[in-house]
Amino acid sequence: MSTDPFVLEVNGQSHEVADAHPGESLLRVLRERLGLPGSKNACEEGECGSCTVLVDGQTVCSCLVLASTAAGRQITTIEGISGDDGLSHVQEAFVDAGAVQCGFCTPGLIVSIGSLLESDPDPSDLAVREAISGNLCRCTGYGRVLEAVHLAATRRGGST
Amino acid sequence: MTDLATSKRTAAPRIGEDTPRPDGVPKVAGTFAFSSDLHHDRMLWGGTLRSPHPSARIRSVDISAAVAVTGVHAVLTNEDVPGSLTYGLEHRDQPVLAADVVRYEGEPVAIVAADNPEALRMAIDAIAVDYEPLDPLVDPDLAERADPIHPDGNLVRRINLIHGDQDVSGEVQVEGTYEVGMQDQAFLGPESGMAVPAEDGGIDLYVATQWLHSDRDQVADCLGLDPARVRLTLSGVGGAFGAREDLSLHVHLCMLALHTRRPVKMVYSREESFHGHVHRHPARMWFRHHADRDGTIVRVESRLVLDGGAYASSSGAVIANATCFAAGPYRVPSAHIDGAVVRTNNPPCGAMRGFGAVQTCYAHEAQMDRLADALGMDPVELRLHNALAPGDELLTGQTITGTAPVAEVIRTCADHPSGASMAVDPMELPGGAGRTADPEHVVRGEAFALGFKNLLFSEGFDDFSEASCHLADGVATITSACAEVGQGFVTLAQQITCEVLGVDDVVLLPASTDGIGSAGSTSASRQTWMSGGAIQEACGQVRVQLLERLAAEHGVDADDLVVADGRVVSMAGGLEIDLVEATAEPIEASVVFRHAPTLPLDENGQGDAHVSFAFSAHRAIVDVDVELGLVKVVELTTSQDVGRVLNPLQTIGQLEGGAAQGVGLAVMEEVLVEGGRIRNASFTDYLVPTALDMPPVEIAALIEQAEPGAPFGAKGIGEPPSISSTAAVAAAIRNATGLDLPRVPVRPTDIVFPEGAA
Repeated sequence: MSTDPFVLEVNGQSHEVADAHPGESLLRVLRERLGLPGSKNACEEGECGSCTVLVDGQTVCSCLVLASTAAGRQITTIEGISGDDGLSHVQEAFVDAGAVQCGFCTPGLIVSIGSLLESDPDPSDLAVREAISGNLCRCTGYGRVLEAVHLAATRRGGST
Repeated sequence: MTDLATSKRTAAPRIGEDTPRPDGVPKVAGTFAFSSDLHHDRMLWGGTLRSPHPSARIRSVDISAAVAVTGVHAVLTNEDVPGSLTYGLEHRDQPVLAADVVRYEGEPVAIVAADNPEALRMAIDAIAVDYEPLDPLVDPDLAERADPIHPDGNLVRRINLIHGDQDVSGEVQVEGTYEVGMQDQAFLGPESGMAVPAEDGGIDLYVATQWLHSDRDQVADCLGLDPARVRLTLSGVGGAFGAREDLSLHVHLCMLALHTRRPVKMVYSREESFHGHVHRHPARMWFRHHADRDGTIVRVESRLVLDGGAYASSSGAVIANATCFAAGPYRVPSAHIDGAVVRTNNPPCGAMRGFGAVQTCYAHEAQMDRLADALGMDPVELRLHNALAPGDELLTGQTITGTAPVAEVIRTCADHPSGASMAVDPMELPGGAGRTADPEHVVRGEAFALGFKNLLFSEGFDDFSEASCHLADGVATITSACAEVGQGFVTLAQQITCEVLGVDDVVLLPASTDGIGSAGSTSASRQTWMSGGAIQEACGQVRVQLLERLAAEHGVDADDLVVADGRVVSMAGGLEIDLVEATAEPIEASVVFRHAPTLPLDENGQGDAHVSFAFSAHRAIVDVDVELGLVKVVELTTSQDVGRVLNPLQTIGQLEGGAAQGVGLAVMEEVLVEGGRIRNASFTDYLVPTALDMPPVEIAALIEQAEPGAPFGAKGIGEPPSISSTAAVAAAIRNATGLDLPRVPVRPTDIVFPEGAA
C-alpha cells in the first residue's frame, strides 16, 4: 500500500514522491527516497534532534513529521545549508572550533544553530544551551559546540 | 563533496597544533557517509527477531508464515549458520542465533531479508517461536551458587588479588558498600551496515566498528569462510565508546547477503540498539580502608561483584582493571581485593570508556573522603599525602617506571580558581528548563576526585598495530586499519605524517582488512600510541630511505639533509630539491608496532601486567534542590596527565566529552533492568546529558611529561575524563546534602528519601 504521489520542495528543488508508504516519516523519505541522507536517524522519537530540518523556516524533528504533510512547504536540510559558494558560517565554525567529533549529531546541530542565529545573532551561553537542548551530542560535552556558535556569531556579525 | 573536503587546506599540520579534522568538512556538510547512510540499488533490508524473555527454552521456531510474506527473500535461524555457531571477543560463548535457549531479553533468534522495511517488519512478526519461559537469574550476588545458565558456568572470572603483608591493620578504618548502575554508551549512530556478496563466494562487509580485524576473524569463523574471503571496510562511525568492540549485526548481515546473493542493509532502531550491544557493568563493591593517624594508607580490602550479563564479552579484562585499580592512584602497601564478574540473565556487559576503573573510582574516592572525615584531614591533603609517584608499587606489585605526575594533577586541579557564580536565571537551577526549583531549597556542594587507569592492552596480550607509508610525487599515502570512531585519529595520522616526513599532502586510505594487518582495537586509549606509533615509524623509515637515496645521488652526507616545507635541503647549503621531484620514484615502508611486553597476573593478582597509566582529577561544584532531589552540576574543573598534547583542540574535546559521560553516570544515566528486562530502551527514558545539563569544563592543567615509549611522549587521553568525573560529582552532592549516597546514578529519590532515613 502506498500513498498518492505528492511533491516535496527540498532545498529549492521539487521532488515527486511516488511510492511512499502512508506511515513514512519525512526523515525516511529524505534519506531513503530522495538521496538526502545528511539528516540522521538516532532515536526515531524526537528526542535527539539528529534529524532536525527546517520546514517553512521552523526547526522540526523530521522523524516526527509525516512526509506527505510536508507537501507544499519549503524544506531545508543540511544539504541545503552549504550553498554554491561554500560552507555557512556555522559549518565553518564547527570545523575550526573543534565542535565535530563523530559528526552524527552535527547536521542537526547546524540546522538548529543556524535557525537560532537568525533570530538571535549574538546569543548568550544560556540562550545557546537552551536552543540546542533538543540536540543530543554524545562526543563533545557541548563545550566546543558553544565555542563554534560564538565564533559563527562573530564572523556572521563581521560579514554583514 | 570532495571539493569541499579539500578546499580549506592551508599550511601542513604539525604536532602540537590546533589542526582541524580532515573529515570535518564532509561531516558539517552532511555528505560524510555513516554506516546507516549506505545505499545500493539492489539492496534488501535486513532485520532481527529478538527474544522477549530474559531466560527461556525454545521449543520450536516456525518460519513458514514469515517466508510467505510478499517481498521476503530469506528467513534464517540457528540451523542456517554456516560455520561456528558462537562468537565472542575473549570467549566464543555467544550464539550467532539462539538455538534451544535464550539467555537475555533481546537475544537474536532469527533474521530476515526483505524488499522494504514494511515487509521486513511483517515477516519478523510472523515468525512463530514457542518459548518455555524460565525463572531468570538476575541477582549477581546469587550467580555463583545458582544453577549454571551457560555451559561455561556462571563465574566468568575471579581475581583474588593479595598484595603485601596480610596481617597489618590501621588505627583508623572506614568501611563502605557502593553500587554503580548499568550505563549505556548511547552513541548516536545506531548499529548499521551493509554486506555485499562477492564474485569469489566471499563477502564484503561495510560496518561501523572499533576493531576490523577482530570482527573479520570472528565473522569468517561463523561463516565457515577463509578470512581472506571476508573483507571488512570501516563505514562512517557515529560514536563507539566501547559498544562497538563486540560483533552485533555483522554475521547476520553476511548470512543474509550470502543466502540471497543480494546486498543487504541493516539499521538497528534505538530500542534495538539498547539490546544489541554490551553496556557498562553494574557493580556492587565493599571496601575497608586502613590508615595511620597521620593519614598514611596501610591497607585496603575490597570485594567487587560485576554483573557480566548473559555472555562474557570483555568481562575478563574489565574485572582485571576493576581489581588492579580498585584502590585508586595511591600508595597501598597491603591489599586484598576479591574481584569477580559473573554471568546472569541480565543484558550482556562489556567495554565502555573507562573499562572497570569507572566503577571502582566512584567507590575508592568515596572511601577517601570518608577516611579524610574520620581523620579530620582535608580530603585533598589526604590524597596528596598518599599519591602514587614514579618508582612506587601498584597493588599488583608492579613498579611504575613511566611518568606518574599524580601530585601535579591533584595540586593544579585543586588550586584552580572557580569561576562558578550563583545562578541568576531559573533555568540554571536544578530542574533547568522545567523551572521547578525554589532557590530557598537549593544548596551548593563542592568536592574533588582522582582517578587512573592503564593505557593499551594488558596481561600479556600481543598488542600490535600495522601501518604503511607510501611516498610518491610528494604525496604520502598512509594505510592503517585503525577505526576512526570520532576521536580524531584521522587528524593525528595526518599531523604525525607531516611532522615526520615534512610533506604537505597526506592521503589516509579507508580503513579495511584488505591490504594491511590489524591496527588493534580503538579502545583502551591506545590508538594514538599504537597506530600513531606505527605511522610514525613507517614514515621515519621512508624518510631515512629518501635521504639516503638523495645523499648517494648527490654525493652528500644523509645527515646533512632535512625535509621541510615540501623540499629537501642540505643544511650546509647548495642543495635544494623539490619533494615532488625527489619522490618521482616511490618509497614505501611497512611497520608492525608493539608496545613493551606485559605479563599475565599470577594466582594472587600480582605481576607486571600493564604498560602505562594515565591520571586525572576533577573538582565538581553542584547545586542541589533538596526538596525535589534535583541536581545541577554547576562547574567541573579538571587536570589530566597527558604525556604530551598533540592537538590541543582535540585534547579539549576528549576532556569535555568524557566528562559529560561521567556527569551522566553521576546523576541521570542508567539502563533500568527489572527481572532481566530493560525498562527504558529509548532516548525518551534513558537520559543523556543535554547542553543544559552539562556545565562548562574548566581545564586547570594538561600535565605534559613525555611518556617513555609513546610516540612524541603522548599518553592516551580518552578514558580518564570519564573516570574521576562521576566520583567528583557524586561527592559534591554528598558535600551539599550530607547524605551517604552509596549509589550512582544519584536519583532524586536518593536525595529526598535516602536509604536508612526515618
